[in-house]
Amino acid sequence: MKREIPILIVGITGFAMLIQYFIPTDWSEFIFSYSQDWVIVIGILAMPLGIWSLVKANILKMKVPGERFYSAVLLFGFFIMVLSGLKRENLELGSFHMNIFSYALVPIQATIFSLLAFFIASAAYRAFRARSVLATILLLTAFLIMLRFIPLPFGLSTVNLSIVSWILKVPNMAANRAIMMGIGLGATATAMKIILGIERTYMGHD
Amino acid sequence: MRKTLKVIFALLILALLGGVASAQEMETAPSADTLGPPPQPPSDVRVEDKADDAGHGLVVKWNLSADDGAGLDNVQMYEIFRSKSATGEFQSRGIVPAGTDFFDDKDDQEHTGGEPNPNYMPAGSTWYYEIKAISDKNIGSESSTVVSGTTKANLFHWGKLPVLFGVIIFGGFLLAFISQAKSGKSLYVRPLAGINAVDDAIGRATEMGKPILFILGLGTAGDIATIAGFTILSRVSRRTAEYQTKVLVPVQDPVVLAVAQETVRTAYLEAGRPDQYNPDNVFYVTALQFPYVAAVNGIMLRERPATNFYMGKFYAESLILAETGNIAGSIQISGTDEIGQLPFFVAATDYTLIGEELYAASAYLSQEPVQLGTLKAQDYTKGVAMVIIIIGTILITAGIPFLLNMITVNL
Repeated sequence: MKREIPILIVGITGFAMLIQYFIPTDWSEFIFSYSQDWVIVIGILAMPLGIWSLVKANILKMKVPGERFYSAVLLFGFFIMVLSGLKRENLELGSFHMNIFSYALVPIQATIFSLLAFFIASAAYRAFRARSVLATILLLTAFLIMLRFIPLPFGLSTVNLSIVSWILKVPNMAANRAIMMGIGLGATATAMKIILGIERTYMGHD
Repeated sequence: MRKTLKVIFALLILALLGGVASAQEMETAPSADTLGPPPQPPSDVRVEDKADDAGHGLVVKWNLSADDGAGLDNVQMYEIFRSKSATGEFQSRGIVPAGTDFFDDKDDQEHTGGEPNPNYMPAGSTWYYEIKAISDKNIGSESSTVVSGTTKANLFHWGKLPVLFGVIIFGGFLLAFISQAKSGKSLYVRPLAGINAVDDAIGRATEMGKPILFILGLGTAGDIATIAGFTILSRVSRRTAEYQTKVLVPVQDPVVLAVAQETVRTAYLEAGRPDQYNPDNVFYVTALQFPYVAAVNGIMLRERPATNFYMGKFYAESLILAETGNIAGSIQISGTDEIGQLPFFVAATDYTLIGEELYAASAYLSQEPVQLGTLKAQDYTKGVAMVIIIIGTILITAGIPFLLNMITVNL
C-alpha cells in the first residue's frame, strides 16, 4: 500500500496533465498553472531540508582535521549572509549584505567560470590528438572551423567559409537533429514509463 | 517721391507678411490636392472565432482595399477598431501593414495591475469591428461595414492532433512490446559501452578503496534527465552497498536531495546493507551554479574518488567538473540530454551516454523484460519517424505539401 498510493497519484496526475495538454479551456489552463505553483511551493518547503543538510554536514566536518578550515569558512559565510539579510533595508544596494554579494560572491563566481577557458584548451588538446582515423577527421574539421575566423589570402577565406557552412548546416545539423529526436522520444518513453508505473526508481523503489 | 517710396515699402511689407502667413497655412493645413485622395476601404470584412483557444480571441478577416497593390496603390496599413455595440464608440485595437488581410484580436487577462481590464474578452462575448485603410500620407479611408463576432471556448486543440497521433502510435508499440516481454519473448538491445563500464568502474573504486562521486547535475527533480540520474544512482548504490564502497552525492536542489537520499537509502536496504547507509553522504551544497562547481571540485581534489558519474542536466559547469575529475585521475562516466554539453563530456570523460542513452540506462542496468520492451517501442517509433521523414522529403521535393501539413503542429 505504501508503494501503490504514490504510484496511483503519479499515474492519475500524469494522465490528467496529458489530457490537459490537448484541452485549451480556462479550467485546463488553471489546472496547469496551479500545478506549476505546487512545484514552486514544494521547492520552498524543501529548502529547510537543504539548509539543515548543509549545516549538519559542515558541523560534522569541523571534527575532521583536513576539512575543518573550509567548513569553518562556509559556516561563517552562511551565518553572516543570513543575519545581514534579515532586515529588508539590508537588501538595498550599498548595504552590507548586498556589498558582500556584489563584491565577494559575484567575483568568485566569475573566477570559477573563467576557469572554463583553460579547461577548454586542455580538453581540446586531448580530443584533437590524431590517434585514429576518426580523431584525425575531428582534428581536420575543427581546424577548418577555427580557420573561418582568420583572414586568409588568395580568396581562401571565401572557400573555407563555404566548406565550414556546409559542415555546420549538413552533417552537423543532421547529427544534432538525430540526437534531438532521440531525446524527444526517450523523454516521452520515460514519461510514459513513469505514468504507467513501470519506472519507479525515482521513488527509491524498483 | 518720398511718399511714393513709403507706399511701395508698406506694400512690400504687407506682401511679405501675406506670403509668410500663407506659407504657414500651407504647412499646418495641407490641401487635399497635395495629399491625394483617401484609399478605398477594405471589403467583405468578417469575424471568426479564434481556433484552439479558451474563448478569448477573434480573428478579423477582410478583402484588401482596391488601392492596396492596385488602383491608387497608396495603402500603407489597415487600422482595426472595436466596440462592444454596433452603435457604440469604436476604439483602435491595432494596425497591420498593407497586404495583410487578417488581424488576431486576443485578450485573456481579466485583470491588469489589480484593476478590471476593460479590453478583456470573456468566452461567449460579442464584439463589433470596423476597419479603415490608411494611405501613405496618413489619410484614412471611410470605415468598412460594421461586423460582429462571438468568442467561443474550444474543447480540443485541433492544432495538436499530430501530437496525439504520435502518442497513440508510441503507446500502441509500448503496450505491444510490454505484452511480448511479459509472455517471455527475449528482446535484444544493442550494448552500450557507457553502461557496460558501470560495473568495472564500481569494481575499480572497491579495489582502490576510494569513494564514488555521483553528480546529478543542475536539473530539478522534475527534469527527465535528473529522473534518469536517480535510476542510475539507485543501481550504482545497490552495487556499492554490496561491495561496501562509499558513494558521495553532492546535490544543488533540496527536492533532489530528498529524492536522492531516499533512492540511496532504499538501494542499501534492498541490498541487505541498511547499516552501511550514511545519510550524510548525500548532501546539499548550494543552489548556485559556480559555487556548486567550486564545492564539487574541492571534493574531487581532496577525496580523489576512483569513479565519477555525471548523470543529469549540465550546463557550463560540465567541462570544469569533468576536467577536474580528469586531473584527480578518476574514471568518468557521463550522460546528459543537453546537446551543447555533449561535446565537452565526449572530450573529457571516458564514457558518455548521449541523450536517449541516458534515459535507456535504467532498462539496460535492470535487464527487466518490461523495461526492455519500452526500449523496443522507442526504436519502432523512431522507425516510423524515419519513414515519415523519407516520404515527406520525397513529397516536398515533388511539390506536394500534403504530409508536411498533416504532421505540422500548430500551437
